[in-house]
Amino acid sequence: MEAEAAKYIGAGLACVALTGAGIGIGTIFGNYLAGALRNPSAAQGQFPNLLLGFALAEATGLFGLIIALILLFVV
Amino acid sequence: MATQEQEAGGFNVDPMHQFEVYPIIELPMVGGVDPSFTNASLWMMIAVVCVSLFLTLSARGASLVPSRLQSLGELAYEFIANMIRDNAGQEGLRYFPFIFTLFMFVLFCNMLGMVPYSFTVTSHLIVTFALASVIFIAVTAIGFIRHGLGFVQLFVPKGIPLIMLPLLVVIELISYLTRPVSLSVRLFANMMAGHTMLKVFGGFTVAFLSAGGIISAGAIAPFALMVAFTALELLIAFLQAYVFAILTCIYLNDALHMH
Repeated sequence: MEAEAAKYIGAGLACVALTGAGIGIGTIFGNYLAGALRNPSAAQGQFPNLLLGFALAEATGLFGLIIALILLFVV
Repeated sequence: MATQEQEAGGFNVDPMHQFEVYPIIELPMVGGVDPSFTNASLWMMIAVVCVSLFLTLSARGASLVPSRLQSLGELAYEFIANMIRDNAGQEGLRYFPFIFTLFMFVLFCNMLGMVPYSFTVTSHLIVTFALASVIFIAVTAIGFIRHGLGFVQLFVPKGIPLIMLPLLVVIELISYLTRPVSLSVRLFANMMAGHTMLKVFGGFTVAFLSAGGIISAGAIAPFALMVAFTALELLIAFLQAYVFAILTCIYLNDALHMH
């Protein structure tokens, strides 16, 4: 296999990391909504934690994207 | 990538071009280091000037009934003060100036990056890594100064069977040492990925428009997506500054109160 082809395949594979980010963000928002519907009065207090969780989960997926970009533009 | 777009639309749309650092004022090399004044330096200075102006103007003529600008300044102050109080306790408030400066700088760098044709300072790993290293070194130093050598107990979880301990200490140590990497890469990756995505969709819009005829109408789809992504990016720009500051508070809490 040519090195160039392997590079593009690798970049594509690295983007699979974003699946995990999608699942994580979905879980966070889904569980927040489920909790908020059960106890709406406590929902406001947990909103900062929701945003924190969202940002943390999204970042893990982006680490994979960075690997893809490094493969495409740096290696 | 650029050549493909060129063939498709006759426009040179390179999504990575926006991250290019070029010197504005060339300076001679000093000991193998290039101290030239670049566009990155320029936008960092603009961010600092904006923060200073905002806070100076909002604090000027302080009154009991705040003006709009003063309320904004107070909002930012209270926001960070509450964050530190909740996450690092009353003692953490001693480090308020540092965390507030950090938050405002990252926030303004992110927000200024959303202005078209501007430069996003935080989309460069070296900038975020320098910030994260300062935090890491400062927090470790604070921990050792406050607790002496007892600070290494941070790496020894309590209530763990003795057999498991060697393994867990190593894991704790590695997770502690990767903090500056994860903290900096998180901010950098978010800003870079977001801005690249905006430019890629901008390239789609231009390619559709330049195709001519009925196909040009297709440009509405990537354009609408771009508007939505811009709104999302504004949220992310704030959120990442917030996460950067809150994680600093959490690290500080570890150093101040151990577990």
